[in-house]
Amino acid sequence: MHHSVLRYLLVSLAICLCFSATTLAQTPTPSPAQDATKAPDKSATKEEQANPFAPEPATPLPAGMTGADTNDPRAKLTPGVFDAGEAAMGIKHLILVKKPDAFQLGSNDPDDPKVKTTLGQMNVTDTSKIPKGVQLVLAQLSFANSDFAFQGNHLFQGNFYGLSIYDISNPAKANLLTTMICPGGQNDVSVYKNLLFMSVEMANGRLDCGTQGFPPSPPSTAKDGRPAAQKDRFRGVRIFDITNIKEPKQVAAVQTCRGSHTHTLVVDPNDKNNVYIYVSGTSFVRQSEELAGCSGGTPDTNPNTARFRIDVIKVPLAAPQNAQIVSSPRIFSNNDTGAFNGLSSGGTHGKNGPEKPQDTDQCHDITVYSELGLAAGACSGNGILLDIKDPANPKRIDAVNDPNYAYWHSASFSNDGKKVVFTDEWGGGLGARCRANDPNKWGADAIFNLQDNKLKFASYYKMPSAQGDSENCVAHNGSLIPVPGRDIEVQAWYQGGLSVMDFTDAEHPVEIGYFDRGPIDPNMLVLGGDWSAYWYNGHIYGSEIARGLDIFELTPTKFLTQNEIDAAKTVRVSELNVQNQQKIEWPRTLVVAKAYVDQLERSQAMPADGISTLRQAIQSAESSHLNQKDLTKLKSLAASLAQSAGSAKSAADSSRMNALAEILKNPAR
Amino acid sequence: MPLCGKVKLPQRDDFMPIKCFHSDTQLTVRSVSFLCAVMLTCFLSVAVSAQEAPVVVQPGAPGEPTRTLPPSTRAALPPSSPADVQFMQNMIMHHAQAVEMTALIDSHTANKELRSLGARISRSQSDEIKFMKRWLVARGESTSPAMQHMPGMDMSSHEMLMPGMLTAQQMAALRKAKGKQFDKLFLKGMIQHHNGALTMVKDLFDTAGAGQDAELFNFSTDVDSGQRAEIRIMQTMLGETR
Repeated sequence: MHHSVLRYLLVSLAICLCFSATTLAQTPTPSPAQDATKAPDKSATKEEQANPFAPEPATPLPAGMTGADTNDPRAKLTPGVFDAGEAAMGIKHLILVKKPDAFQLGSNDPDDPKVKTTLGQMNVTDTSKIPKGVQLVLAQLSFANSDFAFQGNHLFQGNFYGLSIYDISNPAKANLLTTMICPGGQNDVSVYKNLLFMSVEMANGRLDCGTQGFPPSPPSTAKDGRPAAQKDRFRGVRIFDITNIKEPKQVAAVQTCRGSHTHTLVVDPNDKNNVYIYVSGTSFVRQSEELAGCSGGTPDTNPNTARFRIDVIKVPLAAPQNAQIVSSPRIFSNNDTGAFNGLSSGGTHGKNGPEKPQDTDQCHDITVYSELGLAAGACSGNGILLDIKDPANPKRIDAVNDPNYAYWHSASFSNDGKKVVFTDEWGGGLGARCRANDPNKWGADAIFNLQDNKLKFASYYKMPSAQGDSENCVAHNGSLIPVPGRDIEVQAWYQGGLSVMDFTDAEHPVEIGYFDRGPIDPNMLVLGGDWSAYWYNGHIYGSEIARGLDIFELTPTKFLTQNEIDAAKTVRVSELNVQNQQKIEWPRTLVVAKAYVDQLERSQAMPADGISTLRQAIQSAESSHLNQKDLTKLKSLAASLAQSAGSAKSAADSSRMNALAEILKNPAR
Repeated sequence: MPLCGKVKLPQRDDFMPIKCFHSDTQLTVRSVSFLCAVMLTCFLSVAVSAQEAPVVVQPGAPGEPTRTLPPSTRAALPPSSPADVQFMQNMIMHHAQAVEMTALIDSHTANKELRSLGARISRSQSDEIKFMKRWLVARGESTSPAMQHMPGMDMSSHEMLMPGMLTAQQMAALRKAKGKQFDKLFLKGMIQHHNGALTMVKDLFDTAGAGQDAELFNFSTDVDSGQRAEIRIMQTMLGETR
């Protein structure tokens, strides 16, 4: 019996069985979290060599480090593709819309030679037991869902193979409108009016969105042995006209030397005729034979190197077909010597070493906050701060690094611009990095205070629950949840699910909500989980790499009240591109006022009778639809609040009191 | 009619007229009835589009038309290249030496910072070795370079070094060193080793038709950026060790 079970499991290693996963989910399997605490013995090591699909527990924690919580409900969820166990706190899952068929591999035949070879390697020769309708694990990333953009009732979900467009006018019944085929990865998207922008970096990207890629043997070979260029290859930023949502038209394709891993839409408040795109290229520099002017190397040997820079595309809104690169700023330059690789270690915390030339040569992601004229860049070895008042010529004004950071991945500002949250994508997102023994300072968020254009480290935050050895997990993309009076971010952690973090107190971030599923497969790491988790107009959207589109809503807990959720829902935007951060403004309504009162109660900033006086006055004003008597009462409360704000226990409470007073002084109808 | 001017109906914004209706409080009876007609049409079209099957489309090159594809369209993979397989096989060997080097740290130095760095390198590269083996096995390929199986080849010497790999002499010197001397040799050696990995990635993408596989592309890009970042950290540490 054991043998047949083993064989069945082996089969599931080779192929991601949507159907058999149901059975697997019911098969008792050892808890990955428990395994993680055991050091692998010799026989296990031997077995691993035989089966590289077996997930590997983390090595023991380095001295002085703390790992993840194995007692969390998320640590022991049952596996499955569409029937995995779930755990949630403060979040309700509304719907999973499965990935479109057009983003699934055509070959689903267990008799396919590829499947047979794979099974043969694993000593499984009898494929007759394999159910029909299987999918190869081979191509997980080729059809992975990536980043989101939003506009009106439309959600745009990138996929390494193209793009899906959903109608989310009723989020609980979101439905697919358009599947656009256009391979090239990652296909991260932004949207602005009738234009959609898409990042392409991979070697198979074609100008014509063709799926055929390029042949392995070169059409001709150059003298130095390097292959001839492919003139039809596309790596850069595509621009589509989405006037007809069911028929996006490619209007421009701006080629760049390193392609575009991600990009950032930049809207210049002083320029109504153009938008800008910051291109973050992280990949190899292509040959000059393919794109004139491209060459790599270090600045000392090549002053024109395509490394050590970002590219800025200017897009004329009236003629997007004329979009082109207008500058390639050397944002890592040494301000004194002008050397391109001059990112100094002066901003390093925890080190006092002398300044040395460094080799940070790329940004992974940049978030712009145009209202402040600032951008935060997560740039491989550094977090940087840019002045972007002249959008085509961003200037670096600060840089930091961190001994616990492997790869600076993304950045976002608090709404008041006084904090920046960076993420570390240790392992690139393909690895299990939230196991019991993975340090909670590695692959985590780093929260920095931002004052006078200087970044100062405050704390780390990592999704606290241990995850299985077969779950890829590390800090990834998130957005602010517009709860007034607090800094709250919802964030994706791949198969670690999504975690809602309160970082109002930069030194002490805390988790206030989460949603997580068990691993896709308990016996091998199948790439999946949430790429992005963003709040948009009242709901949370998760871009599930393997499964599809998840939609959630917040539910009240002791950490977040219904009033606070309602206040967040009063904020509506017409477009959302998370890397183009917009200042959140709350309406001066009593809904918002009630959220502040709840917060003042939670933090015990006011005596209980003061809280209930406020609540009664607000309740009364709501019932009377703001009659004169109630307005007068609110006004008097506002005055005393404004007075007490000066002596509040914390800066957060002080600004809550002031904001509350502002509303009560003159509430909007 | 001013209302008509406001109620522009771009094809993609079915919800717009409803918004306009709410925002305008001074409606004449005629304009209300007109609006109702607009809204009705609008709701109907929403209802119809909700029932419509999603479309599958493929854009053309810039300026070219977009084609509609049959709903039965399924994804396909780009061609694979022998260079992809060789890259993975060679990189496994390359990574294995990094793990071997980090295994020396515990018994050779008390430098906390180096221990922490070594732990991370060891962890990352062991995981990446597993990843590469999975990638190869899933594609029916051997996990070791084909040349290793050639008869008569002397495997005891380090003849088949991948770029940046430490020679037998360098490894011996590293094993012999202790304390600060070890720290220095380790950092220098690992910088050399990491630089070799960067060369391997460059060679991969300089080969026609190579690196089109998404996982390979992502992996090799991460190796490139991750090791560049570690080189930078090690250069700084080397400055402090001196």
